[in-house]
Formats: sequence, structure tokens, C-alpha cells
Amino acid sequence: MSRIGPTFAALKAQNRKALIPFITAGDPGKGMTVPLMHMLVEAGVDIIELGVPFSDPMADGPVIQRASERALANRIGLRDVLAMTAEFRKLNTSTPVVLMGYANPIERMGYETFAEAASAAGVDGVLTVDIPPEESAGVADLFKAHGLDPIFLLSPTTPESRIEQVAAVAGGFIYYVSLKGVTGSANLDTDEVAQKLAMVRKHCSLPVGVGFGIRDAATAEAVARIADAVVVGSRIVGEIESAAEGTCLERVKHLVEELRRGVDAGSR
Amino acid sequence: MKLTDLPDSRGHFGPYGGIFVAETLMAALEELRAEYDRARADPAFMAEFEYELKHYVGRPSPVYHAKRLSEAYGGAQIYLKREDLNHTGAHKINNTIGQALLARRMGKQRVIAETGAGQHGVATATVAARYGMECVVYMGAEDVTRQAPNVFRMKLLGATVVPVSSGSKTLKDALNEAMRDWVTNVETTFYILGTAAGPHPYPMLVRDFQCVIGREAIQQMPELTGRQPDAVVACVGGGSNAIGIFHPYIPYEGVRLIGVEAGGLGIASGKHAAPLNAGSPGVLHGFRSYLMQDENGQITETHSVSAGLDYPGVGPEHSYLKDAGRAEYVPVNDDEALAAFSDLCRLEGIIPALESSHAVAYAKQLAPTMKKDQIILVNLSGRGDKDINTVAKVAGIEL
Repeated sequence: MSRIGPTFAALKAQNRKALIPFITAGDPGKGMTVPLMHMLVEAGVDIIELGVPFSDPMADGPVIQRASERALANRIGLRDVLAMTAEFRKLNTSTPVVLMGYANPIERMGYETFAEAASAAGVDGVLTVDIPPEESAGVADLFKAHGLDPIFLLSPTTPESRIEQVAAVAGGFIYYVSLKGVTGSANLDTDEVAQKLAMVRKHCSLPVGVGFGIRDAATAEAVARIADAVVVGSRIVGEIESAAEGTCLERVKHLVEELRRGVDAGSR
Repeated sequence: MKLTDLPDSRGHFGPYGGIFVAETLMAALEELRAEYDRARADPAFMAEFEYELKHYVGRPSPVYHAKRLSEAYGGAQIYLKREDLNHTGAHKINNTIGQALLARRMGKQRVIAETGAGQHGVATATVAARYGMECVVYMGAEDVTRQAPNVFRMKLLGATVVPVSSGSKTLKDALNEAMRDWVTNVETTFYILGTAAGPHPYPMLVRDFQCVIGREAIQQMPELTGRQPDAVVACVGGGSNAIGIFHPYIPYEGVRLIGVEAGGLGIASGKHAAPLNAGSPGVLHGFRSYLMQDENGQITETHSVSAGLDYPGVGPEHSYLKDAGRAEYVPVNDDEALAAFSDLCRLEGIIPALESSHAVAYAKQLAPTMKKDQIILVNLSGRGDKDINTVAKVAGIEL
């Protein structure tokens, strides 16, 4: 069973908001991912999004593209990402792990094979950026049948009529993309996001996470005030990229603790 | 369901096609689909499209009997559908005019495009100038180098050319970058996609705009020869010129439809761009189709001497026609294409695009297996002025 629902329920009981970091599996090196995941938990995150590297990450900006390229240079494939998750689960059985990536690696493995393997590895949710609900009829059901939450995106361009349609197939939480653009894009307008979230909540009872444009304690705090979860990707991946050898874990920990303080300040 | 009735309402050609994009683009694709439905039912829109094709592009493009080439190849008579004579020198303009007219209907003042050989970029820059729109063209950094004349043409036409240095620095990366631009500027920008690929409705609307090629040929061939050809041959990268000539011929059961993919250095070498011959189905750039990929589902690097064919995927309708057995797809290697390029230059006084040279090269293999009174119609999709630097380089000549 997915750990995502219980995690949000427990946070809600404590009046807290979730912090969800994104890292690309295999970046900066194959052996770094599992230590990074444990360190993220230690620094106070609630759910981990693990990026599955893909050669053509159409929805990502340059920072996450480069992370994908580094991971691919380390020859990391979907099977390696599942193995890393299983390795992480040896020491951590409580923090939900969401795989985030593109359709083709899963398509290549086969949806059924992937769903079984992901479930066995201890994955809790799957966000496939380029499979909208229209193309996911059988896929979402298959994931659910294997205890995997199919997580979907909503965006500023999603019309109200579609929100219901997305909510009908989604599981775990809704990932609201705070701005038009690719990952790592510029400034977000929290008032605009708040308005849209009110509309989302009218049609959907799942928790709502907000990502894109969150880069420090202040933006994390602002988003925590309006969302159930704060998702941070490019800022963390950028920190990994710029860290000198041997300082990666320390620098990411420092950054994530800062983001945690922001989220907690926004939860009050 | 008939082969000509596809795609279905959600863009599927059997298991292929569809809409595999991030949520931010879903509304824009739906808006485009709805507007295109209205446009094609609007006689004024279609009349303007046809007027532009006639008076601006110079259509209909002629069909030409390449007698000396036929003689040299020793078999079937070879006819060329002369898309190289269109304004801007290739079939690409048929589609960019259609899409620019759609953009104008939708009130979008900025258009973007991806380009490989630069032909689609030039055709987009041309229509942007023609209709007074801002134009940004994404082009792989490697292609910017090997297609320098087209880069300059786009700049002369007022477009901004953005070199793309991510990934393999070719067409697929230019497409990724164009998609990223579109996601960011979706409300003000129209994405003029250059081939019959991408998310629905692009494969359908690009095909529809390019079908003028096949419709004209169906009229012209009986006028010239008293009948339809035995085989229609076209090169296939994304596959827009091929689907443009194939689609109207689908109901003509006696006509073989043959798509020619870029065999590069040979299928066995792995250095090619022939997904229909040596790939497997997958999802890339918003649609499901045959792809060149590794065991992990990563898209593999392609190779072709022709930038316009250097793409790891193929339009979804071609995947469907392959599986349905209605069209055949064969590879032609770089050296064979270059030889055919030279044949057409010297025997007919026509410098063909390297892309189109692949189709000519297959006609060279096919013709001797056929009788002298049989007919091959080759879609000569573009002219080769843009390729003279590449050809000189291969020959070891400094220009």
C-alpha cells in the first residue's frame, strides 16, 4: 500500500505541511542517490521525488536536463532507479518515494512489469510527466492495483472542466505546477496560485502540492501557507551540481533544513 | 474503420499517435484542435489556403518525366513530383502556410518552429515575414553548422535562430527546446510544427496541409501517362512529404507506397535514422510511434548525411501504415543517396535535396526490377542548394 495517504493524514493531524524534494537518481553518481535520500529524511523532508533520467526531458529546464545527462552518463536506467529505491527501503520503511519521469522508459519496460517491480521495490507513487489522464485510462488503474498512486499535474492553463477529469483518475496528491514553463523557471505569483488552488479543492479532495519556482525559505513559506505540500526540484539539483566533490551531502542538508524552516513557518 | 478515416477523435492511429504531453500544453492542443475543426469547415479559410498555394507557392508543382534517369537506371519510367520548385525550395511551405493562417485566426502574433535541415525553418520564417509575425526557430547546434546557408536565409527573413546545444545537438533536441518555449509562452505563441508528428492534432493537420501533393499527382499522372503509377516513393524522416503524397493514394490499391528511411552508414552499423526498419514502438515528443531507443527506453543518437532525416522517431501514421501493410519502408544508406544525388544532377540538371536523394536512390534499386512500361513516381521533396557544402565536404572539396 502507498505510504502517501497516511503521511499526509499524519501531517494534517499535526497541522504541518509536507516538504517534497526532487533529486535525479544517479546524479551526481550512482552511489550517491541512496545516501542523499537518507540525508533528505534526516533534514526533515516528508516525501521524496526521485527523478528517472530520460534522454529527452521536454518539460524540464536546463538544470534538471543536465542532471539527467549526468545520470545517463553514469548509465542509470529505470531498473537502477528501482534498485536504489529497494536499497533505501532496507533502512527506511516509512518515507514515501515517488518516481517522476517520462513515459518511454516505462513503456519500454512494459507497464505491467514496471508496476510489479516498482511495488516490490517500495515505490509509493508514479508521476509520468507526459502521460495526461486522456492517455492513462488503463495505466492509472494498473498502478492503483499494485498499490502505486498515479500522481497527475495540474497547471495554470488547466480549465476548471478538466480538473474534475484529472481528479477522477489521480491518487496520492495533486501536483500543481505554479507557473507556465519548464522546471527551474522564474518567479511565482502566490496570489494567483492561491486562487487556482481554491478552484482545485472544489473538485478534488486529494492533498495539493505546489512546485516550480520555489528556491528559498521565503518562497517555501509563502507556498506552505496555501498548499498541503511544497515541492522543490531545480534549486536542490542545482546545489548538487555546484557542490565541490565531498561537500554535496552537507550542502544539500543545509539547503533542505532552510526550506524546512520555511515550510514550518508557513504551516503555522 | 478505413485506413483513410484515421486518426480517431483523440489522435490515435491504432496504437500510435495520441497526446503525450505535460499538462500545461493540454489546453493549447485542445484549442488548436477545435480551431482547426472550425477552419477546415470554413470555405473562406480553405479558399485563402488554396489561393496562397497557387499565387505565393506556385502550385501546382509539375510532374516531370525523368527520361535520361529512367534510361540510365534501366527499367521502369521514373517521374518526379517537383516539390523542389515550390517557393522556398521544398514541400515544407505547404504546411507552414496552413499553420500560419491558423495562427492568424487564433490571434497569435508569435510563431516558433524547430528545424533540422533548415527547410522548415526557412518556410516558417518566410510565412512569418509574409503575415507579419515574430518568428523564433530552434535548430540543433550541429545542424546550424552543416546547414549554414539556410541559417542565413532565416536571418534574412527576419527570424531569430536559436542554436540548441543539449543532447545530440540535432533535430530532436531542437524539438525539445521548441516544446519548452511553447510551454512557457503558450498563450501568445503558435508552434508551427514541421512534420506529421508530435501530439494530436499536429500529425493530422500537417498531413492534411501536405495532401495537396498527392491530390495533384492523382490528377496529373493520368494526364501525362494515362494512368496512376505502379509505385510512389518518398523519403521519410518525420514523414510529412511522404504522408502528403501517400495519403491520397491509400485507396488506390494497385499503387505501392514506399517510404525510404535514412540508412546512414548501414542498418548493421547502428548509425542510421531508420526507426521503421530497426526501431520499436515508444513515446517521444508527444506521440507513440516507432523509435530508435536502447533497452532502457533512452532515445539513441541517429546518423544521416541528410539533416532533415536525422530524427529518431517517425510520424505515427507511418507506423500504422507499416503495421497495416499498406506502405513499405526501406532504408537507403548515405553513399547510395549521394550517388543518386549526383545522378540527378548530371542526368537531369536537377540538384535534389539529400533527403529527396534517398527516394531517388531507392528508385534506382527498384526500377531495374520493373518493366519499361511501368511507372515510379518519386516525390522530389526539396532542392539541394542547401546541401552543396555537405556534398563538397564528403567529396573532400574545399569551397
